[in-house]
Amino acid sequence: MLAFLARRLVQALIVMFVISLISFSIQDNLGDPLREMVGQSVSEAERQQLRDELGLNDPFLTQYGRFLSSAVQGDLGQSYFFKEPALEVILAKLPATLELTFGATLLIIVISIPAGVYAAIRPHSVLTRAILGFSILGISVPVFLTAIFCIYLFSIELGWLPSYGRGELVPVWGVWETGYLNKDGLLHLILPCVSLASIMLPLFIRLIRSEMVEALHTEYVKFAKAKGLRKARIYFLHALKNTMLPVVTVGGVQIGTMVAYTILTETVFQWPGMGFLFLEAVNRVDTPLIVAYLIVVGAIFVVVNTLVDLIYGLINPTVRLAGGDK
Amino acid sequence: MSLLCVDDLIIEFPSRHGVAVSVKGVSFQVEKGEILGLVGESGAGKSTIGNGIVNLLSSPGRVADGSIKLAGDSIRNLDDEAMRKVRGRRIGFIFQDPMTSLNPLLTIGTQLMETVQATLGADKEAARARALELLDAVGIPEPELRLEQYPHQFSGGMRQRVVIAIALAGEPELIIADEPTTALDVSVQNQVLELIRKLCKERDVGCILITHDMGVIANTTDRVAVLYQGELMECGPTMDVLERPQHAYTRSLISAVPRVDVKVHRFPRVEYIEKAESKPIDVKNHWLGVKESFGSVENGELLKVENLDLRFVTKSAFLEKNRKYVQAIDNVSFTVKDGETFGLVGESGSGKSTTARVIAGLYRPDNGRVMFAGQDLGALSEKQRRPLRRQIQMVFQNPYSSLNSRMTVSDIIAEPIRFHDLAESEMKIRQIVNDLLDHVGLGAAAGKRFPHEFSGGQRQRISIARALATRPRFLICDEPTSALDVSVQAQILNLLKDLQDELGLTMLFISHDLPVIRQMCDRIAVMKQGGIVEINDSDSLFANPRQEYTRNLIEVMPHLDHLSRDGLDVEMPLNKAVV
Repeated sequence: MLAFLARRLVQALIVMFVISLISFSIQDNLGDPLREMVGQSVSEAERQQLRDELGLNDPFLTQYGRFLSSAVQGDLGQSYFFKEPALEVILAKLPATLELTFGATLLIIVISIPAGVYAAIRPHSVLTRAILGFSILGISVPVFLTAIFCIYLFSIELGWLPSYGRGELVPVWGVWETGYLNKDGLLHLILPCVSLASIMLPLFIRLIRSEMVEALHTEYVKFAKAKGLRKARIYFLHALKNTMLPVVTVGGVQIGTMVAYTILTETVFQWPGMGFLFLEAVNRVDTPLIVAYLIVVGAIFVVVNTLVDLIYGLINPTVRLAGGDK
Repeated sequence: MSLLCVDDLIIEFPSRHGVAVSVKGVSFQVEKGEILGLVGESGAGKSTIGNGIVNLLSSPGRVADGSIKLAGDSIRNLDDEAMRKVRGRRIGFIFQDPMTSLNPLLTIGTQLMETVQATLGADKEAARARALELLDAVGIPEPELRLEQYPHQFSGGMRQRVVIAIALAGEPELIIADEPTTALDVSVQNQVLELIRKLCKERDVGCILITHDMGVIANTTDRVAVLYQGELMECGPTMDVLERPQHAYTRSLISAVPRVDVKVHRFPRVEYIEKAESKPIDVKNHWLGVKESFGSVENGELLKVENLDLRFVTKSAFLEKNRKYVQAIDNVSFTVKDGETFGLVGESGSGKSTTARVIAGLYRPDNGRVMFAGQDLGALSEKQRRPLRRQIQMVFQNPYSSLNSRMTVSDIIAEPIRFHDLAESEMKIRQIVNDLLDHVGLGAAAGKRFPHEFSGGQRQRISIARALATRPRFLICDEPTSALDVSVQAQILNLLKDLQDELGLTMLFISHDLPVIRQMCDRIAVMKQGGIVEINDSDSLFANPRQEYTRNLIEVMPHLDHLSRDGLDVEMPLNKAVV
């Protein structure tokens, strides 16, 4: 277990290093940050001086070295726009994005497992066809279109659900504000979560269905039937546990990807999260903020994948042994 | 009243192209404490009958007609819930491959206890006690500890014991064992069969033993039913059927079984099964028969293997001391004389296939030399080696994975001819390929088709044709028939024998199957855990095994002395092994 974590940590460091290198090297190609920072009236000489002060004229490696040494100390630079440490700006928006991602993930888990299992057990039923038809639709429609359609239907026409913002929030532990603890916050979560889930849900339904179909054809499921077990136990213990192995692996990657999709969802729903902030930062050429966003998202990816590997080890005993548990 | 009465059973698989009837009116009975063998080759419907009795047929199969009575109660047409109560509780099942019939993610204890709970309605405590008792009954030491372990922590034979324990969990009246030992080594096979036999006798449980293996039938069953393409050929006490087979199919099936008591020149042709249209070409005047001046070899030793070592890394690590290895070949030395067939025999993991692969140049040994026709293969450059590679060809074990499924059969066979530039024109190559296909009994028309259109035996013929296409001098056959039915095996072995006679091939023949080795080889090396236990000529090895290990191997080998010798072209009776 310890050996596994240590190995994982080294891998994570390498990944983070590469991400930092890539994100830092983008900033040369993102236009002139000074244009956004100073007004029209500033002369070219003053601009040049400001560039020198900010270190923008130094060679790439020098700039990167400086960036890296401060990044290790948790300093990802000042946001040009907010005039505050970029990391703090990002982290202030992190709860909103994580709550959105969490809600969407929850929806995906709650819907895709029963739907996928049902479609595998009753391959010819009408409901299965409906599920699979819907999933094709879900894959083909882009997430912003789903979002706009949801707003039109549930907010404008029916007036049931709010269409923007996070609503009323409840603070917990001082640093985190959650929308999960009161009615208004929950109502605000529904549409964004549904829209965000819509893009991954069909994929998971189809993945779970095909893995389950495969599991149902294995010898041990047939043997479980021959043992005289009840169907529920065969489906939900013997087959489902084996179905979940590949699903967990894919799921880890997809949850990370979903954080990226929040950019679209947050924009449509005016959700005050990291994605929305990122888009604003791009418009303002707020390079430190962009870099900080990329690094934070990269870190989320690494953490989620490590967790997934740990969960995988818990489900699969052969991996647990290979991980050095003894 | 019999324990199980099956009458006029018909099982069909409806499909878009019509209804395929795979069991055609089969009737038999099983008594309490009796083991009935169902024997036949692939497609005989034996597994289908087993699955049909407990309604575990894969969709869309169904029992179309007939009656199935268990101790007087009809169990055909039961609904799902009623059938579930029959399974496990009244009929236990043992599947072929213990590697796949246990769920890899659940402990042995969970899988045993859930069965006890489902069948006997016991609570958790009682189920655990019963599970321990069952593990003990099937001969698994330290049951307390084993209960908490997962299937991958058990060896193949141990897993099959667990499967047997599960089958017995619900105190069934009948056990259906579907090829219970096919995936196991011979020595383990004997223990498992012995266990099944003992448990059935002790507990007065009836048993249907489904197998393709005549040896298993002869050693384990009380009565036997012979099936061919869904029909019952004959049924009777095992000794009667084996000694005096009544039906022509049974006779030909028995005659195709390789045995150790007599050496046959050729196996009799089993007209019933494979109709190979052999149009042998006149090898003497053919391209295939062109004798190249290979030159004579010193002392008649074509291949000389000296002190071969090879280990594989099983756990890779950055530091040398943390790495783990398995010694796949351990100081192996032998010589193969020009024109003889040399056999390598041993259980799985003994290093026979690895040795073959080193000789063929697929692996490089860590130590030792492979001398072919006086040249050290390891010391030559790839380019210098090429003409020697041409002289050494290989026929692989699995005919399903050793042929490229995207190439036509004629391209597969022509490839080595083109690679080694052995024919002057494309027209000539076509001609050679067609003749080769004729010669191995497939017919030239087969060349335009793809491998998936052929059966296992036909594919192995393609492999042999491909190996012959370089006009090799030395042929390595790695378990060439272990994936095939016994009658098809007989045809392939005949083909190999004929080719050897005609072309003067030297062969290295690898098998786990002692009777096959006995029929094919002049000299034999017995391997165990990577090393050679003993080398002797075939007659002496079987008559006077010098090593304990060899003696054990011969002892556990199925004894087929009572098999009818009808239609056998006996070359010489062999001395019975001293055991």
